[in-house]
Amino acid sequence: MSETFKGPKTSRRGFLTSAMAAGGAVAAAGVAKAAGGDPAITEIQPWMQELGEGVDARPYGTPSPFEADVKRRNVEWLTADPVSSVNFTPIHELDGIITPNGLCFERHHAGIAEVDPAKHRIMINGLVDKELVFTMEDLKRFPRENRVYFLECAANSGMEWRGAQLNGCQFTHGMIHNVMYTGVPLRYLLETAGVKPTGKWLLAEGADASGMTRSIPMEKALDDCLVAFKMNGEALRPEQGYPVRLVVPGWEGNMWVKWLRRLEVGDQPWEQREETSKYTDLLADGKARHFTWAMDAKSVITNPSPQAPILHSKGPTVLTGIAWSGRGTIPRVDVTLDGGKNWHKARMSGPSFDKSMHRFYFEFDWDGSPLLLQSRAHDSTGYVQPTKNQLREIRGVNSIYHNNSIQTWAVNAKGIAENVEIS
Amino acid sequence: MSKYLKLLIPSMTGTAAVLGLAYVTADQFVADLPAPMRGQIVTAAEAQSTTPTTTPTATTTDTAMATSAAVGAASGDPMPMTVSMDLGRAALPEEVAAWNIDVRPDGQGLPVGSGDVTTGEEIFAENCAVCHGDFGEGVGRWPVLAGGRGSLKSDRPVKTIGSYWPYLSTVYDYIYRAMPFGNAQSLSHDDVYAITAYLLYSNDLVADDFVLSNENFNDVKMPNEPNFFPDDRATVEYTKFTGDVCMENCKDTVEITGRAAVVDVTPDDAAARAARDAAAAKPDAEVVVAEAPTTETMAEPAAAAPAAGGALDMKLVSKGEKTFKKCKACHQVGEGAKNKSGPELNALFGRTIGGVDGFNYSSSFKTAQGEGRVWDAASLAEFLTAPKKYMKGTKMSFKGFKKEKDIAAVLEYLKSFN
Repeated sequence: MSETFKGPKTSRRGFLTSAMAAGGAVAAAGVAKAAGGDPAITEIQPWMQELGEGVDARPYGTPSPFEADVKRRNVEWLTADPVSSVNFTPIHELDGIITPNGLCFERHHAGIAEVDPAKHRIMINGLVDKELVFTMEDLKRFPRENRVYFLECAANSGMEWRGAQLNGCQFTHGMIHNVMYTGVPLRYLLETAGVKPTGKWLLAEGADASGMTRSIPMEKALDDCLVAFKMNGEALRPEQGYPVRLVVPGWEGNMWVKWLRRLEVGDQPWEQREETSKYTDLLADGKARHFTWAMDAKSVITNPSPQAPILHSKGPTVLTGIAWSGRGTIPRVDVTLDGGKNWHKARMSGPSFDKSMHRFYFEFDWDGSPLLLQSRAHDSTGYVQPTKNQLREIRGVNSIYHNNSIQTWAVNAKGIAENVEIS
Repeated sequence: MSKYLKLLIPSMTGTAAVLGLAYVTADQFVADLPAPMRGQIVTAAEAQSTTPTTTPTATTTDTAMATSAAVGAASGDPMPMTVSMDLGRAALPEEVAAWNIDVRPDGQGLPVGSGDVTTGEEIFAENCAVCHGDFGEGVGRWPVLAGGRGSLKSDRPVKTIGSYWPYLSTVYDYIYRAMPFGNAQSLSHDDVYAITAYLLYSNDLVADDFVLSNENFNDVKMPNEPNFFPDDRATVEYTKFTGDVCMENCKDTVEITGRAAVVDVTPDDAAARAARDAAAAKPDAEVVVAEAPTTETMAEPAAAAPAAGGALDMKLVSKGEKTFKKCKACHQVGEGAKNKSGPELNALFGRTIGGVDGFNYSSSFKTAQGEGRVWDAASLAEFLTAPKKYMKGTKMSFKGFKKEKDIAAVLEYLKSFN
């Protein structure tokens, strides 16, 4: 098997990588061989001749119908009910680092709260000088800032602890999204209320029917947390906490309380359901790690992957994926094509923000033989993404949460990819 | 609590140092970049500053923040360090009381009240058993609440209140704030004390004559509390997972040891299937023709067709759709509706009572089915007014609609699926 990296050719045929997405009449190069040339060129297509819809036809734009398969998907058998469940971002269909708002995975504990912003209040109570109530209008009078952060569910890849299970990076790694938030630094609200010296913990509470609550140490609350009301420039989507959510950069998604309605300051943690019975990491010896907030460095190859096989024959091939770390940036990702015998440095592309998703590429000349693909992230602390077995040695297979291990895809000679584990 | 904080502080100082490093190397981390692309990508790489410099209004300076303030602001001007604004208004005591329902392990927040095991068992059977089972054993994939002691080291740990939860306060807090599912904060404090007492009993932690109250609450210790310990990844894992990596000739052989295809639990995904088929059908030549996704995957399913005969009041249907939210935790309706803890409700009008195949009805429904009784507008309205009166012994925990117009709306909505 030859996996020599030859660099990208001067011209890549875009239709090869987008063949699936394009859906409809992808009459590829083969047609050109037919007598008379490629009908995509020789025949007049309707859109070349007829007038399209006018400007008011789509007051809020939606994707092309040919992109209808680009959507969040759920795994029904995972949970008892879709009202308290999760679906997954189609990361194999996306590029760059920003997740479109409508594709950000959802995780609800009591369904989507449909909050009327005029009736929404944010209360600060507990160990503060002044217990306060803010309206959304009040909130928008504080200085606000813009930051790009990933949000990853602590249970992302949680189904893979015991072995390769789900065939698709959407399902194995899709409990993540990366958007730009506009919001008010949480410390401004806390400073306005005046945190008492004994106030070392913060309880954030949501307005949904689960009354979602998490305890957050005051150091983090005063450092980089945001009370955000916009994502990617527009209002938060209802399923992401409209009108306002907490942003807890680099820490597990469950702490990013949606529909944020209350902030209580206290002198000890509250030990709520989602930080005791859930989101604690059960180890093999029966003991459990508590308050495992930070998300460790992780990466995954999104193309090729089981939902996105190689649709072209041998020759120039683009491998791409995403990487992130809750403790900094991702300066480097390594990629292997042969199951870890040899590794290559991937090419990082696009903005590199602290605690944000990063994009990597590896262009290679595929010789058509089977591949065993893995990616390995290095974060800015020097931490290197571990293998599954390295994690299992320490944690066993019962911990559900915080599985940041290296993912393997086996690609066969046809280009079909499968989720596997290797020696 | 401070044991957790002690852990946190070094880790955050570390982050700050790391940020500094990231900023310094921001224009260097593009590895193996093909020459023609280098320019555009390097200019795209930017650092995102975390924390800003202080402003004249600053009154305090946290050590960790001061350190991270050393990070440059490549993507914007610094934010003020401290902002205290005359915004918002004082929270009234009754407002704080209305929302501040949390209960801590030390008992802070516990309301005055009490409840016994026997009462708890009745309330649990009425409100909780439909999902959690009569004894907390769990129905379907709903949470198991009792049992599981000694299973935490096994291949299949059963994490229940008795086997796993470290604090009783969490049980009280969560039931009061979020249960019953879909009817949160509808139970009285005495009800919650009683249910909590019953859950202790069903986990063999108290006797059947136990009465739980705010007085004795703190005396109850949960057996698994000592088995929780604070995050130790920084010492146990980070040193192991840091350092040089092998890049060439790292191993001689590689074997596939497990395959997802064998497990075969991935949801049926038409798009992925089409992609795989396209790849598999690929001839060996240069040429590739991708299959177009089938039309069924291209379009969203059409809205449910209106019922044949008898025009629907669409305004009422839409009202009913909202009212139906109360039912959704247990019942599905519409295309693809399945039985959950309640039966699916398609084509309900004219259906034999207790007539959905494969649903485990309570005995009164089985009797009605034997008698060949059929659901119609009148019987449904009567049932939904007082379910337990109309169907004695029904497992449906819903207490009934108080308003007739809610019943009319929900029935019109259900009729739209006939």
